Amino acid sequence: MSTNLRILVVEPDQTRVRDIVDALNAAGWSDVKALGHVAALDRTVKDYQPDIVLIDLANPDRDTLEHISYVTETEKRAVALFVDHTDDNLTKAALNAGVSAYVVDGLTMNRIKPVLETAIARFQIMRQLQSELDAAKQALEDRKTIDRAKGILMRQRGLTEDAAYNLLRKTAMDQGRKVIDVAQALVTAADLLS
Amino acid sequence: MSATVLNCGYVPLVDCAPLVIAQELGFAAEEGLALNLVRQPSWSALRDMLALGHLDAAQMLSPMPVAMSIGLGGLAAEIDTLMVLSVNGTVFGISNALAETLDLVPFGDARQLLNQLASRDGTSLRIGVPFHYSMHRLLLSYWTSAAPNLKITEVTVPPPRMADAMADGHVDAFWVGEPWGSVAVQRGVGQLMMAGRDVWQFAPEKVLAARRDWVREHDGRVGQLMRAVFHASRWLDAPKNKPLAVEILGRSEHLRLSPDLIDPAVSGHLVPKQGAHPIEVNRFLQFHKHAATFPWRSQAAWIAEQLGADADGLSRAKACFRSDLYRKHLAQIGTDMPGASEKVEGSLQFDTAVASSRGHMILAPDAFFDGKTFDFSDQKR
Repeated sequence: MSTNLRILVVEPDQTRVRDIVDALNAAGWSDVKALGHVAALDRTVKDYQPDIVLIDLANPDRDTLEHISYVTETEKRAVALFVDHTDDNLTKAALNAGVSAYVVDGLTMNRIKPVLETAIARFQIMRQLQSELDAAKQALEDRKTIDRAKGILMRQRGLTEDAAYNLLRKTAMDQGRKVIDVAQALVTAADLLS
Repeated sequence: MSATVLNCGYVPLVDCAPLVIAQELGFAAEEGLALNLVRQPSWSALRDMLALGHLDAAQMLSPMPVAMSIGLGGLAAEIDTLMVLSVNGTVFGISNALAETLDLVPFGDARQLLNQLASRDGTSLRIGVPFHYSMHRLLLSYWTSAAPNLKITEVTVPPPRMADAMADGHVDAFWVGEPWGSVAVQRGVGQLMMAGRDVWQFAPEKVLAARRDWVREHDGRVGQLMRAVFHASRWLDAPKNKPLAVEILGRSEHLRLSPDLIDPAVSGHLVPKQGAHPIEVNRFLQFHKHAATFPWRSQAAWIAEQLGADADGLSRAKACFRSDLYRKHLAQIGTDMPGASEKVEGSLQFDTAVASSRGHMILAPDAFFDGKTFDFSDQKR
């Protein structure tokens, strides 16, 4: 397997970019460059002449990269969108993992594929970690809101903590809503009235 | 009966309003639809998600389906324009530093502004646009090509970062959709010089797009979606609804913009520079009136010609603006239909009554700043 490809990774998050670069290095690609700040994107692409550019599907700078791929003058440097229909499974996997790639025109599939597969695997792990982190943060936020709502009920109606929670739960069930939504409404109303 | 859920992609700009209003005010529900509005981080991402089937329909820059139909724009896919979502709505602004090198130019004077920019010495102007295949970029190219000695470098900048790019000196000017021009003014980094309509008075800006094979397989849903959006656009264009529209859009989780940033585009009252009085820009952003939603095949042809298409490309471009579906699905709710699906682009200087199915159609001016006209009827080419 040929590993002498120049790979540019565009990612502002330091930890994430290190993860991807490490994964690519570990798989045998040594010529990997990371770019966090996008103002330098067109210059970096011109100077470094990457064979492949990897970028998060959700990164707003994709439009800038696309533009560079359209207007680059020399045929050899042209960075083309990878997401075509030559390998639908790979495309689907990339999309699900949230990675998009731009490759130099004329690179053969068997050279690109292993890079993509490595990136996809890494992106999947990062995405999973991120969603777990988001879920944990949300759960913490929700708990704070519910605690505040319980506090309001305990003060205003002289309930115990358990009774306050049960009231929230019963109201939610009766109205076909989530406990957190009822709690949020109560907290908002209390803020408005205070 | 439960509603059919459609995944609709959008980019958070003021002109995604028809989709938001269709969902929030129940126009979609009346058609038995629930629009799951999916925010997209970039036009490239939106295009990929639509082309690869993760979205059923999407708000797109009007040149995107045309570019894809003539084999440009990265991803080969057959994407159709079902209808136009908005006409005009963009602004051209310059940095304070650049403004200092120019004499005073009245807002909206495209000719004089161009002359002034062309006559100044110096290096190539770096001009920010949101996307290569955008009406912004096409209007910029069309406008500046009238001054061959003016050198420009097009730089793609995501709209939310346009004001930063100007503040950092990364761009000298921009062509951007609202609210991002007003944001730059509010931050005091630049000033607005003209609106998109000052170069082309009736430019299709965003369109409702879907994959051709999806359209073929879901005729009923296509009709439901088009009618829902049509009703939303009519609601949006009624002057009495505008304050409420600003409020709904401002409160919407979809836009995440404050109402004072949404108001200029919806009301057409732009503040050109910090501390200045607002200027009323006629037809700054149009959603419905003057057959704004009609996908004229000649509009697609104009876009294709700007993109350098040949005769075959022009006919493919025309075919992706689905005026046939527009007639089919909107005639049944009594929509006034134009007699033809093409017009001579740029030929109207005034409001003009034209032949239509119900006889009430008045088209708005669609002239270009240089007075050129574009006739794409087959006899002429």
